[in-house]
Amino acid sequence: MKKIVLLIMCISTLVLGLAACGNDSADSSPSGKVATDGSTSMEKLIGLLGETFTNENPDIDFTYNATGSSAGITAVSEGRCDFGLSSRSLTAEEKSSGLTETVIAYDGIAIVANPKNGVKDLSTEDLKKIYTGQIKNWNELGGKDMEIVVIGREAGSGTRDGFESIIDVKGQCNYRQELTSTGDVLTAVSKNENAIGYVSLASVNEDVKVLTIGGIAPNEKTILRGTYAIQRPFLIVTNENKELSKAAKAFLEFITGSDAKALIEKAGVFPGK
Amino acid sequence: MIINKTKNKVIENIAYGVFLLAGMITIGFVLLISIYLIIPGIPAIKEIGLLKFLFGTKWSSTSSPPSFGILPFILTSIYGTAGAIIIGVPIGFFTAMYLSKYAKGTTKAVLEAAIDLLAGIPSVIYGLVGMLVLVPLVKSTFNLADGAGLFSAMIVLAVMILPSIIKVSLAALDAVPQDYEAASLALGASAAETYFKVSARAAAGGITAAVVLGVGRAIGEAMAIIMVSGNAANMPGLFSSVRFLTTAVAGEMAYSSGLQRQALFSIALVLFLFIMLINAALNHFIKGERQK
Repeated sequence: MKKIVLLIMCISTLVLGLAACGNDSADSSPSGKVATDGSTSMEKLIGLLGETFTNENPDIDFTYNATGSSAGITAVSEGRCDFGLSSRSLTAEEKSSGLTETVIAYDGIAIVANPKNGVKDLSTEDLKKIYTGQIKNWNELGGKDMEIVVIGREAGSGTRDGFESIIDVKGQCNYRQELTSTGDVLTAVSKNENAIGYVSLASVNEDVKVLTIGGIAPNEKTILRGTYAIQRPFLIVTNENKELSKAAKAFLEFITGSDAKALIEKAGVFPGK
Repeated sequence: MIINKTKNKVIENIAYGVFLLAGMITIGFVLLISIYLIIPGIPAIKEIGLLKFLFGTKWSSTSSPPSFGILPFILTSIYGTAGAIIIGVPIGFFTAMYLSKYAKGTTKAVLEAAIDLLAGIPSVIYGLVGMLVLVPLVKSTFNLADGAGLFSAMIVLAVMILPSIIKVSLAALDAVPQDYEAASLALGASAAETYFKVSARAAAGGITAAVVLGVGRAIGEAMAIIMVSGNAANMPGLFSSVRFLTTAVAGEMAYSSGLQRQALFSIALVLFLFIMLINAALNHFIKGERQK
């Protein structure tokens, strides 16, 4: 008996919910396609958002093409997708061609070292020199006389791309180890007191020490304020010259709405204001 | 009676059909994989140029302009496998000799169980233990800045190929006819002389097959060594961070695109050719063994 009552309640809520939907947009639930294309770093975030969105709107076909920020921006400007996903800001040129950016989140990249390492703070300039091999020993940075073991991620990784473009060392890095997952970077750094590595802020654990950059520790406040240097925005790029479909509008509303905030935090990044 | 016979025949035919189908499925998969490797593997080689691809010393797939030289990977795979064989074969051979000729009772049973267990450990566990134990150990033993590199990979590979080397050598040593050994002993040779000069020689074909099998396993392994070898695309040095053919494919495949992805398929194709060669060698030795 209880079960039946529960079932009836469920169904009535569902019907009411649908009716409410029907009130603000002429027909019932929107259907169609939402195509996104771009940044590999945003894979986790957009996957989480897309999944929840399609659960709420089962008639909408949601796709994500992991090609990279620039490729995604090109795709949206050529009208091959509804939204471009970019983990860098648009250039002035791109903006003048009719593209608009909407920041949905900010991502911080933490610089980690072994807890036994005496160095606590680095400047972005130091980091640049470490990763390009100009600084080879921790004693040049006020630490012990130990060779610096530079650890990073594999080519094509979103975190690597983000880190290298932020400190401007793209393609010039001199890695001792290139590991294929965040977990491996953390393990390698925690096992070697000479090591330095970068991981997305959300995945930092207690086995490693997070270095401050120019005296500023990465956290929600410093990242949203923009004072922590190694951070980047996650953007949704739209094309002013192309009108969004009903389904695409619904998606844009969803990801900029308040419900998406919890999901964005769940993906380990900070929702934009 | 006649009905029974036809019935039997039908059952026979069905069984034949099922077995044939099963065989065909296996061949089908091999063909599918070969075709799927060759077709996407060729264009990148064409675009980069075969010589530039095989003998280029710089791999930098995402910089602009990218360079796709896989000589460091080929050499690393060869050196790494050779190192694993140099470390693994003597240990494996002596273990097999001990098991076949000397070990008895509980010792033998325990040792055999341990070898079976070693064979059953997933490769990612080898990698993890390597990363947590071996890499720091190599680092402190040789006083290096970092222990991840070719040497650590060689040791992990050597341990990984031990079970296959031991098992195949053991089978070969066990198959040596008792008469040979009895004859040698009767002529006054000591036990050790007999085992090493007679038994080992008689089992030489099988032991070679074991070595080739070990080479095949070592060259195809990726998961365990990706965690201990450092993965920088350097030319190989004993303690330097290196990338193997397998780990080059596995490391970059997830996020690759365009020519980079095609080049990864080309690496896989090169690896596939290596493994085909090794299999051909293995078949040759096994056949040679049977003909004796």
